[in-house]
Amino acid sequence: MSESDKAVKDLIKRDYEHGFVTNIESETFEPGLNEDVIRRISAKKGEPEWLLEWRLKAYGQWLEMAEPEWAHVNFPKVDFNDIAYFSAPKSKDDAPKSLDEVDPELLRTYEKLGIPLHERARLAGVAVDAVFDSVSIGTTFKEKLTEAGVIFCPISEAVHKHPELIKKYLGSVVPQKDNFYAALNSAVFSDGSFVYIPKGVRCPLELSTYFRINEANTGQFERTLIIADVGSHVSYLEGCTAPMRDENQLHAAVVELVLLDDSEIKYSTVQNWYPGDEEGKGGIYNFVTKRAACIGKNSKVSWTQVETGSAITWKYPSCVLRGENSVGEFYSVALTNNFQQADTGTKMIHLGKNTRSTIISKGISAGKSDSSYRGLVRIGPNAENARNYTQCDSLLIGDKCGAHTFPYIESKNKSAVLEHEATTSKVSDDQLFLCQQRGIDTEHAVSMIVNGFCKEVFKELPMEFAVEATKLLEVSLEGSVG
Amino acid sequence: MLSISNLQASVEDKQILTGLNLEVKAGEVHAIMGPNGSGKSTLSQVLAGNEAYEVNGGSVSLEGNDLLDMSTEDRAREGVFLAFQYPVEIPGVSNLQFMKTAINNIRQHRGQDEINAAEFMKLAKQKIQQVNLDPSFLKRGVNEGFSGGEKKRNEIMQMLMLEPKLAILDETDSGLDIDALRVVADGVNALRSPDRAVIMVTHYQRLLDYIVPDYVHVLANGKIIKSGGKELALELEERGYGWLGIDEKAKA
Ligand SMILES: Nc1ncnc2c1ncn2[C@@H]1O[C@H](COP(=O)(O)OP(=O)(O)O)[C@@H](O)[C@H]1O
Ligand SMILES: [Mg+2]
Repeated sequence: MSESDKAVKDLIKRDYEHGFVTNIESETFEPGLNEDVIRRISAKKGEPEWLLEWRLKAYGQWLEMAEPEWAHVNFPKVDFNDIAYFSAPKSKDDAPKSLDEVDPELLRTYEKLGIPLHERARLAGVAVDAVFDSVSIGTTFKEKLTEAGVIFCPISEAVHKHPELIKKYLGSVVPQKDNFYAALNSAVFSDGSFVYIPKGVRCPLELSTYFRINEANTGQFERTLIIADVGSHVSYLEGCTAPMRDENQLHAAVVELVLLDDSEIKYSTVQNWYPGDEEGKGGIYNFVTKRAACIGKNSKVSWTQVETGSAITWKYPSCVLRGENSVGEFYSVALTNNFQQADTGTKMIHLGKNTRSTIISKGISAGKSDSSYRGLVRIGPNAENARNYTQCDSLLIGDKCGAHTFPYIESKNKSAVLEHEATTSKVSDDQLFLCQQRGIDTEHAVSMIVNGFCKEVFKELPMEFAVEATKLLEVSLEGSVG
Repeated sequence: MLSISNLQASVEDKQILTGLNLEVKAGEVHAIMGPNGSGKSTLSQVLAGNEAYEVNGGSVSLEGNDLLDMSTEDRAREGVFLAFQYPVEIPGVSNLQFMKTAINNIRQHRGQDEINAAEFMKLAKQKIQQVNLDPSFLKRGVNEGFSGGEKKRNEIMQMLMLEPKLAILDETDSGLDIDALRVVADGVNALRSPDRAVIMVTHYQRLLDYIVPDYVHVLANGKIIKSGGKELALELEERGYGWLGIDEKAKA
């Protein structure tokens, strides 16, 4: 057996660290989807009539749509009537007023996940919103953010407190009927985070939302909306985990970013949903629509993502570069192992003059997994002097996995400059032998080589996240977690 | 220290080593010479534990322990170091990170704590200077985009940091200019001590002007066919391998 075969054997034995279930009383809807379910979700949240109408319209559109089948993934059809569309921890009052009132069991869950929410041990310099199944259970550092004029709260709360912003921007980047999963999300979304950074404000803290699916047979449909007003700046982090369950669970989120003149949003994700076991049983179906609209000139958005989880990932964080001189960046590491499938990439839509975009995608496949990069660069007729640089690297570990790249380019303006580079490499026996000859065991060697491969992306992550990402890769690559 | 007896090894079903014997004692420097394709690299790789080579006979002991029974990393942790003839690149993994991981893996094996960060940096800077490489090489990916000479210096740097008991140098001198050759020689001479041993595989007698070996061996057709003192190298330089009954061209 060659060294890399052995490494793969060890890889396949990996365990999922966040697979525990929290025993908490919750109120969960019966599985199934119809108008009544949507009305009940809306009523639970005490939503205004216009939002209920908005949901019902989306539901009507969704009924007319078909599931997309173009992605390079295979899975049994999802029965949308087998899923529960709402689940919330049951607490005395309807919702906790502050974190002090949150069920201690929930706080312990987040602590176990390394996200302390209680007063004493909060993450320094990071404000956290924690979303457990369908509801947000609390947001830290509220006072400090309020001082700066930053709004960071559950989107269900923003609907009541900032209806003018929600009305104006909800669905402005990802319309209800954008695609099958976005329409579903628009109909049934339960919670998520809302962020507004006022004019000229540099957000004093990193903002972070931590998503956790706990309940069985429950879908998670969160909705995130971030608005960066003129000249503002924010860095936003998103983390996700779920318990190990034998059934597949659906996660269909929508994230909308709005950027006005001279603003900047840095959006980082470390996605570690349960990937299923080594036979490919269970795991999260992660079908997510993420899009940023650079409406204003000189605005800049970067998506950085580290994807190690999910049984199936279908995800293309995109940038619509409408404002002159606006910049879109996409940095991605996607690691698949065992039977995981990932079809991920980005879309850069250049509409304004002098718009620039950069795509750095690193795909790592191990075991029998399959990973695809799918990227679209579209240059509109008015996008004078648009530029794109795309670099797409794949690393294979073992010889039973696959990597595919599907780059699409549509240019309607001759002044555009587009560059594309792609490489595929293997963790070679010679590299492993060199490491071992220096005293490094195979597991350390593989994780070191993989980290080296991802370096260009990791350096884009905020510090705490970079450490987490490195650890996560190590865990994902380890034979077992101690 | 090292005792090789009747060692036989093959690669891809081709028998390369055909019964090789060699004794190396602590404090000694041995040079191994021989025509291209005679099995010098095979010997080095087999001693280091490369699984691409199959050992199909004989035994090797290191300080009384069965070397062939040990994993590659354990051999390294017990003090076996191989300077590669063709060092591979590990893109994105800095020399510093690589060496720190190596040192800590070795220390863990010996029941020691992780190396102190400041102490490690001091050691790394000192050794990189010793091989005449700019300190910026510490931050670059392992051998990533290095020239041939820089790769070889980097191997010596690693050797000096790890201070192995048994250093095996596989044609570290090949393709080096005179300055680099000096660096390699100084490195090996600095390592020389009564409790260490060195095996130098070389093609040229040139290196032996700088590192004077205790023994010179000729490897041909997978075994050692002649051994002698340092004067044997000079004789080989003068007369080639023909007088030993080896057809050099056929092997090249
Ligand atoms: N990986 C390999 N696959 C096939 N043949 C090999 C391999 N490695 C070495 N050989 C062959 O084994 C013989 C000895 O090679 P080597 O040990 O590299 O010799 P030297 O280092 O003395 O030049 C050569 O004929 C070479 O072609
Ligand atoms: Mg050789």
